[in-house]
Amino acid sequence: MTDLPTDLTRATAADLAGALASGAISSVEVTQAHLDRIAAVDGQVHSYLHVDEAGALAQARAIDDRRQAGETLGALAGVPIAVKDVMTTKGLPTTCGSRILEGWIPPYDATVVSKLREAGLPILGKTNMDEFAMGSSTEHSAYGPSHNPWDLARIPGGSGGGSSSVLASFQAPLATGTDTGGSIRQPAAVTATVGTKPTYGGVSRYGLVALASSLDQAGPCGRTVLDTALLHAVMGGHDPMDSTSIDAPVPPVVEAARAASVKGMRIGVVKELGGEGYQPGVRARFDESVALLEELGAEVVEVSCPNFEYALAAYYLILPSEASSNLAKFDAMRYGMRVLPEGVDAPSAEQVMAATRDAGFGPEVKRRIILGTYALSSGYYDAYYGSAQKVRALIAQDFDNAYAQVDVLVSPTAPTTAFKLGDKLEDPMAMYLNDIATIPANLAGVPGMSIPSGLADEDGLPAGIQMLAPATKDDRLYSVGAALEAALVDRWGGPILDRAPVLGAAAAKGA
Amino acid sequence: MTTVATDAVMDYDEAMTKFDPVMGLEVHVELHTATKMFCGCPTEFGAEPNSQVCPVCLGLPGALPVVNEKAVESAIRIGLALNCEIAEWCRFARKNYFYPDMPKNFQTSQYDEPIAFEGHLDVELEDGSVYRVEIERAHMEEDTGKSLHIGGATGRIHGADHSLVDYNRAGIPLIEIVTKPMVGAGERAPEVAKAYVSALRELLRALDVSDVKMEQGSMRCDANVSLRPRVGDPLDQAQLAVPLGTRTETKNVNSLRSVERAVRYEISRHAAILDGGGSILQETRHWHEDTGITTSGRVKSDAEDYRYFPEPDLVPVAPTRETVETLRGTLPEPPGLRRKRLQSDWGYSDLEMRDVVNAGAVELIEETVAAGASAGAAKKWWLGEPSRRANAEGQDIVTYAAGLGLTPAHIAELDGLVAAGRLNDSMARQVLDGVLAGEGTPTAVADARGLELVQDDGALEAAVDKVIEANPDLAAKIRDGKVAAAGALIGQVMKEMKGQADAGKARELILAKLQ
Ligand SMILES: [Zn+2]
Repeated sequence: MTDLPTDLTRATAADLAGALASGAISSVEVTQAHLDRIAAVDGQVHSYLHVDEAGALAQARAIDDRRQAGETLGALAGVPIAVKDVMTTKGLPTTCGSRILEGWIPPYDATVVSKLREAGLPILGKTNMDEFAMGSSTEHSAYGPSHNPWDLARIPGGSGGGSSSVLASFQAPLATGTDTGGSIRQPAAVTATVGTKPTYGGVSRYGLVALASSLDQAGPCGRTVLDTALLHAVMGGHDPMDSTSIDAPVPPVVEAARAASVKGMRIGVVKELGGEGYQPGVRARFDESVALLEELGAEVVEVSCPNFEYALAAYYLILPSEASSNLAKFDAMRYGMRVLPEGVDAPSAEQVMAATRDAGFGPEVKRRIILGTYALSSGYYDAYYGSAQKVRALIAQDFDNAYAQVDVLVSPTAPTTAFKLGDKLEDPMAMYLNDIATIPANLAGVPGMSIPSGLADEDGLPAGIQMLAPATKDDRLYSVGAALEAALVDRWGGPILDRAPVLGAAAAKGA
Repeated sequence: MTTVATDAVMDYDEAMTKFDPVMGLEVHVELHTATKMFCGCPTEFGAEPNSQVCPVCLGLPGALPVVNEKAVESAIRIGLALNCEIAEWCRFARKNYFYPDMPKNFQTSQYDEPIAFEGHLDVELEDGSVYRVEIERAHMEEDTGKSLHIGGATGRIHGADHSLVDYNRAGIPLIEIVTKPMVGAGERAPEVAKAYVSALRELLRALDVSDVKMEQGSMRCDANVSLRPRVGDPLDQAQLAVPLGTRTETKNVNSLRSVERAVRYEISRHAAILDGGGSILQETRHWHEDTGITTSGRVKSDAEDYRYFPEPDLVPVAPTRETVETLRGTLPEPPGLRRKRLQSDWGYSDLEMRDVVNAGAVELIEETVAAGASAGAAKKWWLGEPSRRANAEGQDIVTYAAGLGLTPAHIAELDGLVAAGRLNDSMARQVLDGVLAGEGTPTAVADARGLELVQDDGALEAAVDKVIEANPDLAAKIRDGKVAAAGALIGQVMKEMKGQADAGKARELILAKLQ
C-alpha cells in the first residue's frame, strides 16, 4: 500500500479508501481534515454554497462504527465527497445556484445521493455552479463565482466549477457533477482534474434538477482516473425511478482504470475539433498526448465528423427549449422564493408567478427561457426545434461512422485555458463556444472524459484532453485515460496539481 | 357582485328550420388504476387534501415520471373497444401552460402521436336506430390538481379572497376520447350527444377501467357545438358539404342530462346570434347546471400556444402486436350486443328489457338466472321491493343490495322455494322482507317465521268442502261454467287456511268438485 501523505487532503481517494479499510485512519480523521481545509481556503476559492460539518462528521462516525463492528463496506466507504448543488439532498439546502430556490430544503435524496449515502461517503457540502447549470464559468451563480485555484482571478469552468475547484484546491477528494454540454469535462480541463460524462442513462437523473432532460447526465469528478472510476462505479447503474436509465450493469470502469492499457486500440483524432479557434498551448499539449498514446501502443488515425460544426447551433435550440419547460415549475406556488408584485393590491397567482420569476431568475436563465419559448412556439417549431433534432440525428450518425473505424475518439476538451473572471460575461456567444468540443457527446448520448494534458506554454494554465467512446463503452475511456495519465505523470515527475499555487494561510505567509 | 347577462336564445324548433348543428365531444375519463399515471401515489377519491402526493406528482425539482403500465393497458383496451387503431410507437408530449393546480406548469399528455386513433362507436337511440360516432383519437394524459376558491360570490377564481389547491388528483391517469365532427344528427343532435356519452360510459364500465362517475368527476365531458345554414335534410350531400361554422366549447358538462341540455342550449344561443346577423366568438363556455345556461369563459385565440414537444423524461410507448392482441382477448362483449343477447335469452319484451337496464339490474338478473332462477322470477323479484327501496334511498340497486347483503343466490333460493311449492307469492314477499331485514337466507327466514304451505291435502279438502257448502250461489255459478267465480271461493279457502295453502291446488280441488 502507498504511504499516505501527512496532509490527508493531498491523498487520492483510492489511497484513502485503502487506509480506511486497513484501519490505518478513520473516516472522522479524513473528514475533519477536509473540513479544516475548507475552513482554511474556501474563503478564497468559494467552491461551496453550503458546508455540512455536523452531518459529514456524523456520517463519518457512523461508517467508522460499522467498520469497527466488522461490517463489509463499499470500496469508498468513509471517503468524503462534495455534491454539486443541482442534486437534491434530503435535509440539506439545494439551490442550483439560483435565488429562486434559496432556502429550499428538499424532502428527498437524488438517487445518486442515496447511492453515495449507502456506499458510506460522508457529504461535506454542496458545490457552487452556474444558475441551473447554465454557463461555463460559475459566473452565473446567484451566489457569486468560484475561483480557479491555479489563478484566483480566473474561472474554474462551469457549470461545475464548484466541484472542479473543490478538487483542485484539495477541499474534497471526490465530487459529483452533471454534464449537459460539458459541465463536468470543461471545468476538469481548466483546473487539471478528471471528470467523466457517462453514457446517457448510465447514471440516474432522478433528483437532478433538470436543465435539459435529453442532454443532462450526472457523472464523477476526481483528481485521478482511478478515483473517478471508483466513484463512477458507486454512482452508476439502473434506476427504476428514471425511465431513461439504462437497464444494464455499470461498465467495468474500475477494472479498465486499473488495466490502464491502450495496446492494440485504434484511436481517432476528430478533425473538426481542433485547429482554428483553439489556443496554441492547448493544441501543443493535445498533440503531445496523442503522440504518447501512439508510443503506448495505440494506432492513431484522423477521423472526420462533418456535422459537428452544426452541433453548437442545434444544442442552443434543444437546450433552451427543454429548459424553458423544465424551469416552468419554479412558480412560487409550492416551494422556494415568493415575491409579491409591487403596487398590486390583491395580486393573482399569475402575477405572483411573474414577479417571482422576474426576481428569482438571473439574466442567463431568462435569456435561455426566452430562447426556448420562442423556439417551441407554433409556427417556429419545425424550423428550430425540429431542425435541431435532425442535426442531432446527423451527429449521432457521425459518431456511428467514426466508431466503425476506431475504438475511441480524442480532442482537446476546451479550446482555451481558463479565462479571466468577467472576460466573457457580456458576450454569451464567446461563452457558449467554450463547449464546442464537448457538446457533440451530449447530443449523441455517448460517454466522454477529460484528463489533464499539461500546462499551456503561453499562460502556464492547465489544458485538458477529451476521450469519447461509443454508448455503454464507458470503460474504454478509463483504459485510455489511465494509460495516458500514467505516462504523463511519469513525464511530469508527479501529479500536475502539485504545481498549482499554494492557497490559504500558507499562501498568505509565503507572500 | 357578479351579474350574468342572459343571452338571447332562439326557439329550438325554429332554430332547426334554419340551421344544421355539428358537434364534437371530448370526454375525459379518470382510470381507476391503483396508482397515478407517473408515480406510485394512490388514486382513491375523497382522501384528506394533499395526502396522496409525492415529489413526482408535486412536481418537485429533480423528480421524474415513470409510466404506469396498467394505465397504458387500459388505454389500449379502451382504444380497441372503440374500434381504434393502436399506435405501434408513440410518445408523450408536454403541453406547456402556467396554472397553479398544475404542479410542473406543463401537463404530460400526448399530442400528435396518440396511443389510439381512427375508431368508431355505434350508439343506439331511443327509437332503436343507430348513429355511428367516429372517434378521432384516444390519448393518455395526467389530471391536474383541484383549486378551491375561498370567498367571493361565485366559487370561481374571480372575486375570491384566496385559493387552496389539492394535489391529490394531480397525476391521476386520464384518457381523453375525442370524436370527429358529429354531422347529420339534425334536430336529434342533443339526443345523440347524450346517447353517445351514455354508451361510452356503459362501455368503460364494462371494460372495468374507470368508475365513470360523472358527479365525482371521474368522467367529464366538453361539448363543442357549431351551426351551419340549413340547406336540406341533415344527411343530404348538399347539407354535408356546407362548411362548418365557428364552434364554442362548453366545459363541465357533468351529467347525461346536462349533455343533452347544454347542446340544446348552445344550438339555440348560436341560432339567435347567427339569425341576428352576428358571428360566434370562438370561446370556452361554462355550463350552469342550476340555470341551464352557458356563460362566456376564456376566449380562445391564436395567442394560446401550448408549445408541445416530445416529453424527454419518458421513453416511447411501443406495445408489441402480441400485447395488443392479448389485450383484445380481454375485451368484454360490447354492451349493445350483450343486451340483445340477454334479452333474447331471457325472453323479455323491449319494454321489459328497458326497465331492467334503467333499473341497473342487468348483472344482478344475469347472476340470479345463473344461480338457477327463471328469468321471469329474477326480474319480478329484483324490480319489486329491492328496487323500490333502493330508489327510495336514492341508491342504485347494486350498491343497495350489496349494502344489505342481498345476493343473486338469495333470490334464486327464494324462487326455488316458490317453485317447489313450499311458499306462495305472498309468503315469499314476507320471506324477502326478512332477508332484507338481515334475518338470514330465505330458507332460514321461512323456517324462523314458520312460513310454509300446508301440504296436508286432507285439511285443504276439508276447507274447500266447508267453503262450497257456505256459498251455494257461487258453487252453482261454477257448475254452470262460470269458472271466474272460483276466485272468490279460493280467497275464502286461503282465509280458512290462514294463508298457508297453495292457491293453485285449492283451485284445482274446487273445480274438480264442481264440474
Ligand atoms: Zn405521487
